Amino acid sequence: MNLSESDVVLKTEGLRKTFKVGFWNRPVTALEHLDVEVRRGEVFGFLGPNGAGKTTTLKILMGLIYPSSGTAWIMDRPIGDVNVKHQIGFLPESPYFYDYLTGEEFLRFYGQLFGLHCAALSDRIDYLLQLVGLPHVRTLQLRKFSKGMLQRIGIAQALINDPHLVMLDEPMSGLDPVGRKEVRDLILRLKEEGKTIFFSSHILHDAELLCDRVSILVKGRIVAMGSVKDLVGHASAPSIEVVVEGLGEEGLAHIQPMVERIAAQGGRTLLVLKGQEQLNGALDVIRAAKATLISVTPHQSSLEDLFMKEVREQGERSAS
Amino acid sequence: MRRILSISLNTFRETLREKLLYNLLIFALLMIGSSILLSRLTLGDANRLILDLGLASINLFGVIIAIFVGIGLVSKEIDKKTIYTIVSKPVPRYEFLLGKYLGLCITLFVNTAIMVVGLLVVLRVMDVPIELVLFKSLLLIFMELLAITAVALLFSTFTSSTLSAIFSLAVYVIGHLSSDLKTLGGKLDAVSRAVLNALYYLMPNLERFNLKGHVIHRLDVGMTDLALIMCYGLAYTALLLIAAAVIFQRRDFQ
Repeated sequence: MNLSESDVVLKTEGLRKTFKVGFWNRPVTALEHLDVEVRRGEVFGFLGPNGAGKTTTLKILMGLIYPSSGTAWIMDRPIGDVNVKHQIGFLPESPYFYDYLTGEEFLRFYGQLFGLHCAALSDRIDYLLQLVGLPHVRTLQLRKFSKGMLQRIGIAQALINDPHLVMLDEPMSGLDPVGRKEVRDLILRLKEEGKTIFFSSHILHDAELLCDRVSILVKGRIVAMGSVKDLVGHASAPSIEVVVEGLGEEGLAHIQPMVERIAAQGGRTLLVLKGQEQLNGALDVIRAAKATLISVTPHQSSLEDLFMKEVREQGERSAS
Repeated sequence: MRRILSISLNTFRETLREKLLYNLLIFALLMIGSSILLSRLTLGDANRLILDLGLASINLFGVIIAIFVGIGLVSKEIDKKTIYTIVSKPVPRYEFLLGKYLGLCITLFVNTAIMVVGLLVVLRVMDVPIELVLFKSLLLIFMELLAITAVALLFSTFTSSTLSAIFSLAVYVIGHLSSDLKTLGGKLDAVSRAVLNALYYLMPNLERFNLKGHVIHRLDVGMTDLALIMCYGLAYTALLLIAAAVIFQRRDFQ
């Protein structure tokens, strides 16, 4: 697909970062030639296991650390351009905030950094406290907040400037199932408002539910990128599980060459088939054997399957 | 400018909620107040003791606040990762640094003002004449605090809190002995002289801000001299802040 420049909100080219660690300044590569494109209005999931380089990438994009080589642009402006930050909202990983501030003081402070003042800022604070479900903490100091509340007020500060691009580093981490659902709903709501969302996560279920496109980062390298549907479709063909009763010895012998796996328990047999052709053949055998068909369940492989496959393959490549 | 002001007011609010500050302030006021008692136990010039102890207390506690709060200004933001949410906003790094610096300056000003009021009350109670040179001396003490805060800020942009405290205290001590460096250099060989001379010019000459002797002996200082010392202090502070901003601009926040 050809994309015009204005469709691309965020772009990195050959981004690389090495850190020097230990007494002898041993170089450790955290990111290796990262090329990513995030399109306007999409929810982009930046996935990877712990230590893959997700936070490093977000820190580079937000100007917190400098890349060792490569370049990146946000809305056609090079990263580090202070003006482009007017359009960005950012939630860092496990957010640490000024815990001596109250909920309202906290949002007011960040609003002032964007040049918001007076009634406009007060209205925005009211709206955001309502949006993240914290209207009652206006006068409560952040040190008395629970982890989930901190995450939510963190999201509120990321939205104080009504940004076009929202970057969230592990927004679901540390949240209970209710909190995660609320954050998911919030991300979908932001998408409906036309915002672009770039979030890092290792919670694949959330990514699968939310993302238009994802990239999988393993040991500083992108190993897969595309729409969830395409990636999962390419990863492996869907399998079909069939449960039958009373198949008999003869039926089993006929069906054996068609199936991937057979498991028998009691009078029932579980058949795992690959694809529609095998299913048609198996159904013919079941009919001929006068067995009873109990269920046919198609199984789409999940993002988790793909993720685990990529992580395993990358591990094997590194080992060899 | 509004962003710098927001950051400085937030820093001021942060320091106001630190218990250390109140402890130091109470201790300083007790020291100033104790001069009433000590002057009654002293033979000779009681006025001199009250002025000496009062000014020394303001200076000492000001420096302690400047260094021990100053070193935490930036390093605490990095350690606690609160800086992530500031630098990711449209705030150039130098504005953040300047905001933090001004915030502590406001704190120092309020603290110094409270200590000065304490001293003036003691002087009034003890019937000690209050002269203009006292206020000139207080102005220069505050100027010294501004410079020391900039020293602490500079160190905290590239090293840990502990090392920043040690380095800042070292600069404070050397700064008060810098003229001795030159005198000592004059008595040594050419290489040592060059090294000590370089140190003399590099380190702030903090004795220039010390007018306690003038206050005690009631010697006035001309406005031109005062202006020159202030210009020296402001220029030195500005250079320190520029150096801090250059270092801060280049560092990674890991």
